[in-house]
Amino acid sequence: MPETSELELSRRGVLTAGAATAALVAAPVSAAPMAIAPSPPTPAMQVRFKVNGERRELSLDPRTTLLDALREHLHLTGTKKGCDHGQCGACTVMVDGVRINSCLSLAVMHEGDEITTIEGLGTPDKLHPMQAAFVKHDGYQCGYCTPGQICSAVAVLDEIKRGVPSHVQGDLTAKPTATNVEMRERMSGNICRCGAYSNIAEAMAEVAGAKA
Amino acid sequence: MKFETPATTNPVDRMKVVGQARSRIDGPLKTTGTAPYAYEHHREIENVAYGYVVGAAIAKGRINAVDTASAKAAPGVVAVVTSGDVGKLGKGKYNTVKLLAGPDVDHYHQAVAVVVAETFEQARAAAALVRVDYVRTNGRFDLDAALKTAPLTDADKPGKGEDRVGKFETAFASAAVKLDAEYTTPDHSHAMMEPFASIAAWDGDALTVWTSNQMIDWGRTDLATTLNMPKEKVTFLSPYIGGGFGGKLFLRSDAVLAALGAKAAGRPVKVAMSRPFMANNTTHRPATRQRIRIGTTKDGTITAIAHQSGSGDQPNGSPEAAVLQTNLLYAGANRLTSMRLAVLDLPEGNAMRAPGEAPGLMALEVAMDEMAEKLGMDPIAFRVKNDTQVDPKDPKRRFSQRQLVRCLSEGAQRFGWSQRNATPAQVRDGRWLVGMGVASAFRNHMNMPSGARVRLGTDGVVTVETDMTDIGTGSYTIIAQTAAEMMGVPADSVIVKLGNSTFPVSAGSGGQFGAANSTAGVYAACVKLRDAVAQRLGYNSADAVFDSGRVTSGNRSAALRQAASAGELAAEDKVEFGDLDKTWQLSTFGAHFVEVGVNMYTGATRLRRMLAVCAAGRIINPTTARSQVIGAMTMGVGSALMEELAVDKRFGFFVNHDLASYEVPVHADIPHQEVIFLDEADDKANPMKAKGIGELGLCGVGAAVANAVYNATGVRIRDYPLTLDKHLDRLPAVA
Amino acid sequence: MRAFTYERAKDASAAARAVTANPAAKFIAGGTNLLDLMKIEVETPTHLVDVQDLGFDKIEATREGGLRIGALVTNTNLAAEERVRRDYGVLTRAIVAGASGQLRNKASTAGNLLQRTRCPYFYDTNMACNKRKPGSGCAAIGGYSRQLGVIGVSDSCIATFPGDMAVAMRVLDAVVETVDATGQRRSIPIADFHRLWGDKPEQDTVLKQGELITAVTLPKPLGGKHFYEKVRDRASYAYALVSVAAVIQPDGTGRVAFGGVAPRPWRVEAADALLPRGAAAVTARAFQGATPTKDNAFKLPLATRALASVLAEAKA
Repeated sequence: MPETSELELSRRGVLTAGAATAALVAAPVSAAPMAIAPSPPTPAMQVRFKVNGERRELSLDPRTTLLDALREHLHLTGTKKGCDHGQCGACTVMVDGVRINSCLSLAVMHEGDEITTIEGLGTPDKLHPMQAAFVKHDGYQCGYCTPGQICSAVAVLDEIKRGVPSHVQGDLTAKPTATNVEMRERMSGNICRCGAYSNIAEAMAEVAGAKA
Repeated sequence: MKFETPATTNPVDRMKVVGQARSRIDGPLKTTGTAPYAYEHHREIENVAYGYVVGAAIAKGRINAVDTASAKAAPGVVAVVTSGDVGKLGKGKYNTVKLLAGPDVDHYHQAVAVVVAETFEQARAAAALVRVDYVRTNGRFDLDAALKTAPLTDADKPGKGEDRVGKFETAFASAAVKLDAEYTTPDHSHAMMEPFASIAAWDGDALTVWTSNQMIDWGRTDLATTLNMPKEKVTFLSPYIGGGFGGKLFLRSDAVLAALGAKAAGRPVKVAMSRPFMANNTTHRPATRQRIRIGTTKDGTITAIAHQSGSGDQPNGSPEAAVLQTNLLYAGANRLTSMRLAVLDLPEGNAMRAPGEAPGLMALEVAMDEMAEKLGMDPIAFRVKNDTQVDPKDPKRRFSQRQLVRCLSEGAQRFGWSQRNATPAQVRDGRWLVGMGVASAFRNHMNMPSGARVRLGTDGVVTVETDMTDIGTGSYTIIAQTAAEMMGVPADSVIVKLGNSTFPVSAGSGGQFGAANSTAGVYAACVKLRDAVAQRLGYNSADAVFDSGRVTSGNRSAALRQAASAGELAAEDKVEFGDLDKTWQLSTFGAHFVEVGVNMYTGATRLRRMLAVCAAGRIINPTTARSQVIGAMTMGVGSALMEELAVDKRFGFFVNHDLASYEVPVHADIPHQEVIFLDEADDKANPMKAKGIGELGLCGVGAAVANAVYNATGVRIRDYPLTLDKHLDRLPAVA
Repeated sequence: MRAFTYERAKDASAAARAVTANPAAKFIAGGTNLLDLMKIEVETPTHLVDVQDLGFDKIEATREGGLRIGALVTNTNLAAEERVRRDYGVLTRAIVAGASGQLRNKASTAGNLLQRTRCPYFYDTNMACNKRKPGSGCAAIGGYSRQLGVIGVSDSCIATFPGDMAVAMRVLDAVVETVDATGQRRSIPIADFHRLWGDKPEQDTVLKQGELITAVTLPKPLGGKHFYEKVRDRASYAYALVSVAAVIQPDGTGRVAFGGVAPRPWRVEAADALLPRGAAAVTARAFQGATPTKDNAFKLPLATRALASVLAEAKA
């Protein structure tokens, strides 16, 4: 592209979002005093909770998310960090029986809670029925979103059983059932970029059927 | 083993293990969260510090100064590393752009620094304290503008710009029926679920890196090059990879900065890219601007076909080769393909699943649909009519296997294609406008040398070691199946070790070349091990049969393990290729069928049914191959309906750089998917008689969706993704 | 994420005092939006007051025949509540159209009202944003604005309020109840709760520093048919391009509010009155004076068509 049109483009940028350009070139070294002074060391906080039935006590920087407490402090790396912003579901765990995104929760907010992670559902030698169904139906590929999918899948069947409503329900006052459409809607907070969705639906259908 | 002549009958043809659907051998680990990914090697490595990357705040310019004082003074900080601290770094062969900015900034979110601290929380907070003084310069961010003056290019033949057969312009001018249409595809993000992540640990001048990389040897070599150290001093490990789709073909900044950070910190360092950082820091599939012209006779015989594409990339980058399939997919005496490459200062463009074909077929297969309509022909009949069994440019070259017509016809039958109303916008189901679409799938098969080592332990256990990776493709499982078939043991008893640079160099995972080539490499090593076993047992290896854990030769027979009773046997070999791929055209084929509903009020498109029929050589494991295909179909739905990295042409970056704003399909988007594999064994490809499948599954899906949307609405959209705003004003009035 | 200190409040007025006393303090309930923004330093509180123990987790009948929803009732529990499903279906439908099951299990009623915009320039701290950094400019204007606002926006900010729940609450004429550090209680009609940006886009709502939401009350049920039509590119787990919350009576009268178009749930009572005349009449009035960008002009016809869809279903 010729130089002139570049300049023009840039100038238009300045005109349409003038301050933005200024902001981009701001924060020069000379302005360093304006920079935020580093905060003093954060006192660690104690937190006690149960993970997969086991009592755990941790001393943590309050900024530590439940996800990082599990992964980096308890070395329970089955719970995955896919986005750290509640946009993918890879970090799904159950807290007091309810699935949540562990990335958007501070560990210190879970004092006294009972947390179940993928490691608490089953082990390679003793798979949970949902884990076994995922293996059987090839409901995963790279495996990274898989623990979150499985935790969600287990929780979704429970939510359907408890009558929690969903977006695809026709009659809100009716009890939902574990149809393909219901399960797909409820699983939509768990992204699988490998695209194992169709197989996950089959794995869940098998487990739901066995339960029914 | 050099594969120079077509394969004859070999032990794999027994298909007792190979070709059988079976669950992944890594399934119990993956489903219980016990398979360790790059950031998770707590067991192997202790005392790890945490690195957090600072990305450039501008797209183009220079770093005037970096003030790291505040960051260094922040609690827990161990080290801050910028380009000024590390001397001149090399640039990897496979990297277009350097991975650490300074003094120049080449693109938005190019890494500028890594901050290393005792904890992740401290590193992230301190990274925000690094002050960078930039001098912004003008960048080139507008593809359409840049293409106006962009030169012709050709990825394979530098200096050549056009690929011609016959006289396209003359033939097109005189064709009875013509189409001349332009299509656009946007930039796409791989958006694999596992972020780029690495742990680096130095032991003297030797470096070990646990990372997430599809191509161990490329990554290892490029890391050594970048750090100006001998490759032999680098150990590169990726036992489990949370998806790649081409994004992890290359060394990226996480590995480099973990290594540099670890050196500065004097202890191991782990670095994971934050999700909002990934789209601009790493590579993406470049946007394309495509023009397709097709001329036919009145009866639908193609006489002229041209496919031209433009894309952009950083200086010294390469084009998105969206036209290549058009050289081979359909007959036609007069042909033209060409590509233009513009220089852009957006992040580096590079391979993403089915590079070239994925966006190319999104255009070509819509053009075929448009042309069929002009001709009043069924789109399948039009494709069948223009099928070719030879390379149209060089009719002496035949396709080793080409079952495109069967894919289309069997798919049509299975899908109920005859129920399709050829006149668009005729079928309604409640508030849904319903349509069906079809597209051909095409992707070349690539030969890649691939090595493996196979051991027969004193306990009779067969262990395979290769630096091959499993990015969700099923490599662990199909390699176990291959070794099991060759050695005559159950797949369960084979141990497969992958993703380790101390193992023989393999094909790696990319370009749908992984499965066929890596198993062929294992085959080669197994042939050698069989020889060693036969020799140890005193059998004639030519007639030794390996089956059910035993080796039989004539009337003699022994347990396989007996061969190793006096000590482990190990054999290493690799498959290499002659020029069968020049004599023959090795390609994979398929057909995609979809049915969509378009909400007549809102214009939103939802998939109702999907079917793929594939002919891709021997299917080593129908379970994992099918998963590759449904996953690719899912990605195809994304590219058809929602995926687009939005470019801010003023500031030169992808604006929607997280998983909330770059939408990929979710469960609710994807209906039940059906896949059919046609029986095929391609003896010209390799001794496995297998070809790739993982990218074929994506090729054509977007066009099939687009054709179905058109069939539903009667509104043709030629700009992907097909979001509702693009046809809303042309849908039937409702208010 | 900047360092902060954390306390778990035991009573509401203590919580309100703690946050009032420190301008850099914030309440945290579910945390699903606040932590998201703290990680990228869009939000930088130095003190967090966790309100989860305050007991605002009940849904009770009011004397007026409505419902009082505790501020900490999770989205899931609110959507699942029997009376809400039966009498305020628009609210259940709006909630379950938002986010994901996991997020709804954690997100609170108050937090949902307070969620901040999803404008990508707000989320990118390298970009100018008057909402994030007052006076820095608005990079979204002239930029990628497909998701952004078409009405009620200003020269300072074209962001939208991204939520679903509040759009339904707007149709229901909910009232937000608060308490401040002095124990003063305030009832804020939902119509007044979210601000139009004007020249102060950094202020999302009319809440004062330290003012704590304790509940949201719903007047007695409206009857009629309840709808929440949410239009988005993917089928789930996405913010609305446009959403329509509506309660339609058998005679064709009713109420309607739109989401994804403005700094707040967008309802124009004068447009409600036009419902019997059809979708086009309603949106012509509701979106009078709209200032869409080239990228998001489609939201206007989309709003009409989405409402037409609702009205067709109401008739069916």
